[in-house]
Amino acid sequence: MRGIRKAFPGVVALDGVDLEVRRGEVHVLLGENGAGKSTLMKILSGALARDAGDIEIEGQPVQIGTPREAQRLGVRTIYQELTLVPYLSSAENIFLGREPRRMPGVIDTHRMRLETERLLGGLGLRVDPWRPVRELGIAQQQMVEVAKALDDDARILIMDEPTSALTDAEITELFATIERLTARGTAIVYISHRLEEVARVGHAVTVLRDGRRVATCRVGEVPLSHLIRLMADRELSEHFPKHRVARGEEVLRVEGLGRQGALHDVDLCVHRGEVVGLAGLLGAGRTELARAIVGADHRDAGTIRIKGAPVDVRHPADAIRRGVGFLPEDRKTQGLVLGLSVGDNIALPSLARLSRAGVVQTGVQASVAARLVRELRIKTPGLQQLAQQLSGGNQQKVVLAKWLAANADVLIMDEPTRGIDVGAKVELYELMNQFTARGGGILMISSELPEIVSMSDRILVMRLGRIVAEFDAADATQERVLGAALGHAA
Amino acid sequence: MITSIGRRQLGTLAGLAGLCALLTVLTPHFLTVSNLLNITEQTTINAVIAVGMTFVILSGGIDLSVGSLVALSGIVLGSALQLHLPLPVAILLGLLTGAACGLVNGVLITRGRLPPFIATLGMMSMARGAALLYTDGRPISGFEEGFRVLSTGRPLMIPSPVLLMAGVYLAAHFVLTRTIFGRYVYAIGGNEEATRLSGVRVGYYKTQVYVLSGVTSAVAAVTLTARLNSAQPIAGIMYELDAIAATVIGGTSLMGGSGTLVGTLIGALIMGVLRNGLNLIGISSFLQQVVIGAVIIAAVLLDSTLSARAASARAKRTAANAAA
Repeated sequence: MRGIRKAFPGVVALDGVDLEVRRGEVHVLLGENGAGKSTLMKILSGALARDAGDIEIEGQPVQIGTPREAQRLGVRTIYQELTLVPYLSSAENIFLGREPRRMPGVIDTHRMRLETERLLGGLGLRVDPWRPVRELGIAQQQMVEVAKALDDDARILIMDEPTSALTDAEITELFATIERLTARGTAIVYISHRLEEVARVGHAVTVLRDGRRVATCRVGEVPLSHLIRLMADRELSEHFPKHRVARGEEVLRVEGLGRQGALHDVDLCVHRGEVVGLAGLLGAGRTELARAIVGADHRDAGTIRIKGAPVDVRHPADAIRRGVGFLPEDRKTQGLVLGLSVGDNIALPSLARLSRAGVVQTGVQASVAARLVRELRIKTPGLQQLAQQLSGGNQQKVVLAKWLAANADVLIMDEPTRGIDVGAKVELYELMNQFTARGGGILMISSELPEIVSMSDRILVMRLGRIVAEFDAADATQERVLGAALGHAA
Repeated sequence: MITSIGRRQLGTLAGLAGLCALLTVLTPHFLTVSNLLNITEQTTINAVIAVGMTFVILSGGIDLSVGSLVALSGIVLGSALQLHLPLPVAILLGLLTGAACGLVNGVLITRGRLPPFIATLGMMSMARGAALLYTDGRPISGFEEGFRVLSTGRPLMIPSPVLLMAGVYLAAHFVLTRTIFGRYVYAIGGNEEATRLSGVRVGYYKTQVYVLSGVTSAVAAVTLTARLNSAQPIAGIMYELDAIAATVIGGTSLMGGSGTLVGTLIGALIMGVLRNGLNLIGISSFLQQVVIGAVIIAAVLLDSTLSARAASARAKRTAANAAA
């Protein structure tokens, strides 16, 4: 792949990236969240169209416009989320859509069974081909997925974070499969967040940062710490208008928070006047932590104190009543009711306060909403405008306005600036400053290292459902935070 | 939001007006005071049931049990009258029956996490069965003369069922547009998760929606029982489909989150006018079913085409704004 470029409205996801993968080699793609790894692989697998650049397979220039063309050229992809039909057997899954026929419309089950046994056997998996895949373990399901991908003449196999759901024993199994494949000459592009895997399975590694290739090298030529520096080393070109204010009393304390399979013994606290940044890789448990704190998901263990008083949070209403506001990761599906107006969205958490005997006082509601639209400079033709018609930045401001209207003392913001343009980002940072200056506390989840490092007063780093490091703003660097998130002691 | 829904209602209203104009031309018997009152009176039962149905559909659900609840609440009302209980008490018992069945629906849906389709389908069968069991399949009749006034009375020259319908619509419209409960119904139907994350106890309000639907079915049962002067266990069969049809013809989205009661009322009137008109011009009741089915499909098809076109125009406008 040469000079691959892809732009989305507002961002350049890939800017002239080259990638060369050889037969029989595992080529690891490294990069932070949003570095462009997935976009690059979607282009190779035909899921996205590129804006510029060339792709050659075995020396031949090729056009890959659709997943079907990629398939035909021998490019196979295994996504992070498995794409098996759980109630069908492994044989049925492997041959889904291209079942061998005995005569038109009648499946040749005998051949299907033999082929499945051969394919799975080649990967070292011995299971009944007619067993529904939902009864298999995750690693076994993944092998069925691999078998599905490898049926005929697969030349290039893309694996996106294949180990994220696996136990150590299952990872060993998967790596054995990968070795068998490379021995056959298959080229593998392996996307991972786990640095230790680079050394275990990788032959070559390419580091992406902000849509550019920053380095390609053979594994073993450079130390891991150097790779981390390459991934994180980014200029703080964006403007972060951080104002620090004196830290006040504690507004939120979480102790021993646990949730089966997601969170383990998490402690944290947020004080008035501070922004606590929560860093970590995708899947580290940050969103799960935020949702457990506000009662959106249940927790198995742990206590939550809001403004000093223990609160048994079982429903978001419990946390909200005591002054916690939650800005979820996905504004459109979780933060807003898109079909309701700006004014109705802003008032939603506060309707009880804005009404008398169950009747909404529309005048009061309108004046509260109008005040916030003015203060937050939400660009909308009016309060009656539907939320779905606003831009991303203005939508996020509406979500923030909801919690300001509800007089929240603590805000939990999950990726608050994702997908919004630079100007709106700076405005949002200013609003965060105003909130902390007035004595509010913020817990901010972010995958953007510059944002975390620049806007936080303290930084917590999560990895595999635990908080593994804490930094003061003064000693935090992007490199140290990323190193901790990757599990590599700085 | 107000403008877009207003436009939609105007469209439905134009459909109703066009239908009336057509029937006026086709038959001299259509446009008479007595016939129009007749239509309104006949529409009452469907229109009142459709009030609860509109709340349910707005919240993103469906209630298939309303027809059976009409029968069961009617039976309870009728039995109470036979026992010579005072009329207000008998009516209250009927309404409580509807409310209780609605409560069961709501709890099954919110606590039991059953799809509304399944929970209310089960209730549809159970309530019907209970009505048949209790009466052994026979109608209950022989009420005091005072009860019939609920159907035949004409205070202010207006049939009392029409007054009842007007009262129900005014009250329900107020609840839907001005109260917290109404706002939450729209919010839950529009995006249940975002509403929950805004601290709304979604399960509680969804349950109330089904209770309300049970109550409006029971209100319809009072009118129906008074009109027939008997309570019948086989009353209300297929009423759920008429109520759903009135709601969607009126522009309420089956996905929830958007729609109005004004639209539903117009939808119910369209169905009433259509039945009445087809009768007047002497179309057989078999053919009537075909026509009514076609009208339902055509109305919703037209609505979804128009709103898809509006949405794409809006998307273009938003994109143009973003680019500017």
